[in-house]
Amino acid sequence: MKKVFGRPESLTETPFTYCPGCHHGIAHRLVAEVLDEFGVRENTIGVCPVGCSVFAYLFFNCDMICAAHGRAPAIATGIKRSKPDSIVFTYQGDGDLASIGTAEIVHAANRGENITVIFINNAIYGMTGGQMAPTTLVGQVTQTSPYGRDPKTMGYPIKMAEMLSTLKSATYISRVALNKPSNIIKAKKSIKKAFQIQLEGKGFSMVEILSTCPTNWGLSPIEASKWLEENMIPYYPLGEFRTPEEVA
Amino acid sequence: MAEKILMKGNEAIGEAAICAGCRYYFGYPITPQSELIAYMAKKLLKMKDASFVQAESELAAINMVYGAASTGVRVMTSSSSPGISLMQEGISYIACSEVPCVVVNMMRGGPGLGDIQPAQGDYFQATKGGGHGDYHLIVLAPSSVQELVDLTMDAFDLADKYRNPAMILGDGLLGQMMEAVEFKERPKVDLPSKESWTLVGCKGRKPHWIVPFNLNPSVLEKMNLVINEKYKKLKEHEVRYESINIENADLIIVAYGTVARIVKTVIQKAKKEGINIGLIRPITLFPFPEKIISKTAERIKKFLVVEMSLGQMIEDVKLAVNGKAEVNFYGRCGGIIPTPIEILKELNKYL
Amino acid sequence: MLEEVIIAGFGGQGVMLMGRLLAYAGMLEGKNVAWMPSYGPEMRGGTANCTVIISSEEIASPVVPYPKSIIVMNKPSLDKFEATVQKDGLIILNESLIDQKVNRDDVAIVRVPANDIANQLGNLRVANMVALGAYIKKSGVVKLKTIFKALEKTLAGRNQKLIDLNKKALKQGEELGKEC
Repeated sequence: MKKVFGRPESLTETPFTYCPGCHHGIAHRLVAEVLDEFGVRENTIGVCPVGCSVFAYLFFNCDMICAAHGRAPAIATGIKRSKPDSIVFTYQGDGDLASIGTAEIVHAANRGENITVIFINNAIYGMTGGQMAPTTLVGQVTQTSPYGRDPKTMGYPIKMAEMLSTLKSATYISRVALNKPSNIIKAKKSIKKAFQIQLEGKGFSMVEILSTCPTNWGLSPIEASKWLEENMIPYYPLGEFRTPEEVA
Repeated sequence: MAEKILMKGNEAIGEAAICAGCRYYFGYPITPQSELIAYMAKKLLKMKDASFVQAESELAAINMVYGAASTGVRVMTSSSSPGISLMQEGISYIACSEVPCVVVNMMRGGPGLGDIQPAQGDYFQATKGGGHGDYHLIVLAPSSVQELVDLTMDAFDLADKYRNPAMILGDGLLGQMMEAVEFKERPKVDLPSKESWTLVGCKGRKPHWIVPFNLNPSVLEKMNLVINEKYKKLKEHEVRYESINIENADLIIVAYGTVARIVKTVIQKAKKEGINIGLIRPITLFPFPEKIISKTAERIKKFLVVEMSLGQMIEDVKLAVNGKAEVNFYGRCGGIIPTPIEILKELNKYL
Repeated sequence: MLEEVIIAGFGGQGVMLMGRLLAYAGMLEGKNVAWMPSYGPEMRGGTANCTVIISSEEIASPVVPYPKSIIVMNKPSLDKFEATVQKDGLIILNESLIDQKVNRDDVAIVRVPANDIANQLGNLRVANMVALGAYIKKSGVVKLKTIFKALEKTLAGRNQKLIDLNKKALKQGEELGKEC
């Protein structure tokens, strides 16, 4: 019988430990599928962050290293510079990339490091139990914004894709979502494009992935996907913000 | 014999690193070590299979080191006191991950922004770990430009041998001064293969992980114990020191780095006054030369520790002496270098 | 033998180069040498000094509070270091910029109109070499021809005219060192 669906080789046999309805699993799978399709698993080095996906090394079937909180792009820089023929990606959450690691992501992008960044934006800190992230929406209730995020004292949610798109050296920047099949298909295409750019040595690529955190949002998985559609996408528009054509 | 060249300490470290096969350098400018980052830029940017990055911060620099070290290459960063403080997080991760690298600290006056003159106020930070958790660096304390060269090369070997970060602990004076140096041909050292742990792509094998954590306390404890075994071996095999005139001295001075040089002048001056002073100069600050100090304390009952700090190494000296002799202290800090005359005056108090 | 000299002046007067040449020459003559700059946040225009030690023995302290000799290229440097010179030591001073009396009668003093001679040679920037030439003659610490060799190595790749000019300045300085 013809096999029509299976586990990508770039994922290990270890079952995901993420919460039900969390989009990390989908994002992992998409990255793994892309690595398989390019046939680069055995030449890939992944950098996982601090946050829920700190355990990503258990799931990706390639050489992996765990970064200090926010420092994944610096570590990826060191790896790529010393192993320029390898495929290097970081997998980072919004606290990691958009808060504590802002300097590292901005400068890795600005140097045009030839790496791919997978950025999971779920508008909250997951692992530490639901605190405000730099990407938390205005009015959104979290443990550390119990009365809702007040822009007067907490600022507005940071749009990383747009911000990094202002840098001349960033080659590919996009934002996708994983809340419904049509968006997942688009996300896959975008991730593939990002890795393609790295394979061709064209420089820095980042895909921002809007994702759910049903546990800390206090919603069921279905409600969470709906919440993402109705609240996150209007503030964080999907699409490509920077492409190699623009850079050229 | 290699030709002697006149070189600034900071540049000599750079050349020594390159001679030792270091082709990767990540750093951030800070006085008084900026000649080193400039030297690495000048050399590495013109070399093949090499990389130099002026990082956005010391935080980023040390993590670039972490990344490059995890692929098995020889890699270095350098800074001075405040910048080294910023690197502590990364150094702790590197020690936990057991990836070798070399960190150079050309110390300046502290705390805080301090000043840019030479000091030794980072002894605690360097020898006791510096960041969070139970770990140590291999700490080498050169006292001349030639030693900056030799110990930098040794630092790479020791780091590889023990899969542990090694630190060159110098100061602004050593970095800025010029002396004649030789880059001697070195005997080939047998070092363990890095194949079993490096991240180079998992072709034909299971993936390697470099993971500086484990949420299971009993596993994490085991990880710590494995690392601790290395420190025991370091203490057994890698202790280095210089001793002068310790047989029949009236008093033993313990000093390292720049201060030990000044003490050598003190010894000459004291001799003229009929005072017999000995010196123990730790070259490895970790592992600390406790045995020779302990042994000497059985015979000689007066010790003076001199540092460019308010008293840091003295704690290790006291532990080694263990009550067998009197241990006194003289120190200057804030970037002030003690003069031979003031040290001489000080030691006269104890004779 | 042990020579310890502090060379001081305004930033831009080339005192660091004087020290480097001296250290270099000492090394070429097989001595142990150390050169140590004062360093500070001001890159240009402030006062600058360096210490050079040349010794037949291992050099202990690179910090020299009481030097055997000083070469002072401007007034603030004389003020700062005059009192530190060892008894029977040597002061080389740039007479063109220092018109004051030296309050020491226990040291040898050589007054060199370094700026004036450099101007006569057509380039004020070689005033440092005039003073260095006088110092070398008077102290005898290294040979002038070794300084020439050090100069050629240090300025290798620069224009030969500049090297020749520096040599000329050193020689003129040497003459002044002889006279005293």
